[in-house]
Amino acid sequence: MTAHRPNTRRNATLALALAVACILPLVVTSPSHQNFLILILMFAQVGVAWNILGGYAGQVSLGHVAFFGIGAYTSTMLFIHAGISPWLGMLAGGLVSSCFAVAIGWPCFRLKGHYFSMATIAVAEILQVLFTNWESVGGAVGLNVPLAEQGWANMVFNTSKLPYYYIALGLLIVTLLANWAIERSFLGYYFRAIKDEPDAASSLGISLTRYKLVAIAISSFFTALGGSFYAQKELYIDPGSVLSTSLSIKMALVTILGGVGSLFGPVLGSTLLTSIEEVTRQAFGGSGMGTDLILYAAIIIVVAVYYPTGIVGWLRQIRRRYAKPEARG
Amino acid sequence: MTGEILLQTLLSGVLIGLIYALVAVGLTMIFGVMDIVNFAHGEFLMFGMYSSFWLFSLFALDPLITLPLTVLMLFALGLVVYQLVIKRIINAPPLSQIFATFGMMILFRGLAQFFWKPDFRTIENSYSSGKVVFAGLHFGLPQIIAGVGAILATGAVWWFINRTRLGAALEATAQDKDAAQLMGIPSQRMFALAWGIGAACAGVAGVLLSSFFPIFPEVGANFILIAFVVVALGGFGSVSGAFWAGIIVGVVEVVGGFLLGPEYKMAIVLSLFLLVLLVRPQGLMGRA
Repeated sequence: MTAHRPNTRRNATLALALAVACILPLVVTSPSHQNFLILILMFAQVGVAWNILGGYAGQVSLGHVAFFGIGAYTSTMLFIHAGISPWLGMLAGGLVSSCFAVAIGWPCFRLKGHYFSMATIAVAEILQVLFTNWESVGGAVGLNVPLAEQGWANMVFNTSKLPYYYIALGLLIVTLLANWAIERSFLGYYFRAIKDEPDAASSLGISLTRYKLVAIAISSFFTALGGSFYAQKELYIDPGSVLSTSLSIKMALVTILGGVGSLFGPVLGSTLLTSIEEVTRQAFGGSGMGTDLILYAAIIIVVAVYYPTGIVGWLRQIRRRYAKPEARG
Repeated sequence: MTGEILLQTLLSGVLIGLIYALVAVGLTMIFGVMDIVNFAHGEFLMFGMYSSFWLFSLFALDPLITLPLTVLMLFALGLVVYQLVIKRIINAPPLSQIFATFGMMILFRGLAQFFWKPDFRTIENSYSSGKVVFAGLHFGLPQIIAGVGAILATGAVWWFINRTRLGAALEATAQDKDAAQLMGIPSQRMFALAWGIGAACAGVAGVLLSSFFPIFPEVGANFILIAFVVVALGGFGSVSGAFWAGIIVGVVEVVGGFLLGPEYKMAIVLSLFLLVLLVRPQGLMGRA
C-alpha cells in the first residue's frame, strides 16, 4: 500500500458514498425499488455483523440465522405482550441473542473448521424446528406485529418505505462503526491472531475460547438488530422467513462475495448479490423454471473458484496493477 | 401389541437407516480423502432418482434393471464435477470450498427444475411394489429391497477399499496424500475416484428410494443434513462407521419421532449430532 495519500481519497469516497446513500431514496421513489434498496442495506448490515465472527475471527458460522431469528422474535414478542417499543425490543433481542450465542459458543468453539460450521447449522435447524412447534410464539403460522399507531415511536410505517430505508442505513452505519472500532482495537488483533495463528496466539497467553466468545457475542448482537428490523419492516415473521438456513448462508455469502475480513466487503457483496437476485427474479423468476437459481448458483461457483478474495480482493489486484507503473515512473 | 409396534418401528428405522448409511458412505469418502464437505451430495441422490424415473417412464425399464446404467452416469457426473470445479479449489480456503459445493447444490436443483419441472413424481408398479407380512409385521417390499440393496452397495464399497489394491491406494491418499504421492500414487486421480464413487453411492441410494419416495428437484434436502449427522457419528472418513451410524440414526429418528411426534424427528437427529460432535468429535469408529 502506498503511504498516507489514499487516506484522504478514502475519506472523500466515503463521504460521497454516504451522501449518495442519503439522497438515493429521494430520487428513487417507487416503493418496490425502495424496498430493493432497503434489502441491500439490511443484508449489508447482517453481513458486516457476520464478518466479525466469520471474517475477522475466522470462525465460519452457517447458523447465524439463529441470532437473526432471536432478535426478530424477542422484539416482536415484547411488542405484542408488553407493548414495549421495538427500539427497546431491538436492544433486548440483541442481548438475548448474545447470551444464547455465548451459551452455544462455549461448547461449540472446541470444534474446528468444518466441524464448527456444521454444528452451527445444526443449532439453527434445531431452533427452527422448536419455534415451528412452539405455539406461544405463533408456531408455524408465525406472528403479526400488532397494529400500532404509525410513527417513529413504534417503528411502524404503513404509508411510506422511506423511514425504513433510513433506519436500515442507520443500523448499517452503527454496525460499520462498531466493526471499525474493533478492527483498530486490541480485539481486532486478537481476532486476526485467532484466525491466522491460533497456536502462536495461545502460546502468547491469549485465551482463544474467551476471545472467540467475545467475537460471537458482538457478532450475534448486531445480527439480532437486523432481525428486529426485518420484523418491523415486514410486520410479520415466521420460522420459515427468519430462521431458515438459506438466510444464514446468505449472510456468509454477501461477505465472501464482497471480501472476507474487510470492513466494506459485505456492503459491496450485498449490493451485488441482492441486485443479481432481484434482476434474475424479475427476468426469469415468474417462469418457475429455476433459471434464476441457475444463474445465482453459477455466480456463486465462479466467485468461490476464481475470486476467493471477493470484490475487495479483486479491486486491490487492479489497484496494484495500476500502482506499479506509477511507482517506477 | 405394543411390543409388535415397537418392533415394527425399530425395523423400519433400520431399513431407512441403511439408506442413510449408503448416502453417507459417499460423503464420508469424499471428506476422508480430501477434507471437503460436499453440500451437493443430496443432489447426486436426486439425479439418481430422476435417472430411474425417466428410464422407467420413457422406456418402461424397471429401476432395478437400469441400476447399473444409473451408477455409471453418476460415477461420470462425479468425475465431471471434480474436473470442472473441485480440482480448482483443493488448496482454496475452506470458505471457498463450502461455497463452491453449496453453489453446485443450488445449481443442480435449478437445473432439475428447469428441465424436469418442480412437480412431485412417483414410480408406480415397479418390480418391487407390494407388501410383505412376516411374523405379524408389515413391510413394503420396496423398503426391504432398498435396505438389502443398500447393504450390498455399502458392502461392495467396503470390500473395494479394504480388499483391492486401488482401494488401498485410495486409503493411503486419505491418510497422507503427500506420502502416498511419493510412493507413486497419483493424488489427483484418487480424488477424482473418490468423487466418482461418492456420487455413484448417492445415485444407488436414489435408485433404491425411487420406487417409494416422491421425486422432485429439492428431494436432496431431506437427506443432506442426515448424511452429515451419519458421517460425524461414524467418524469422518470411515465407511464401516457410516454403516453402523446410518442404522443408529435411522432408528433414533423413527423411534424418537414415534415417542415425541414426527415433527421433532429432525431436531432429535440434530441433537444427537451435536452431542456426538461435542463428546466424541472423532465419531464412534473414526480415527482420533
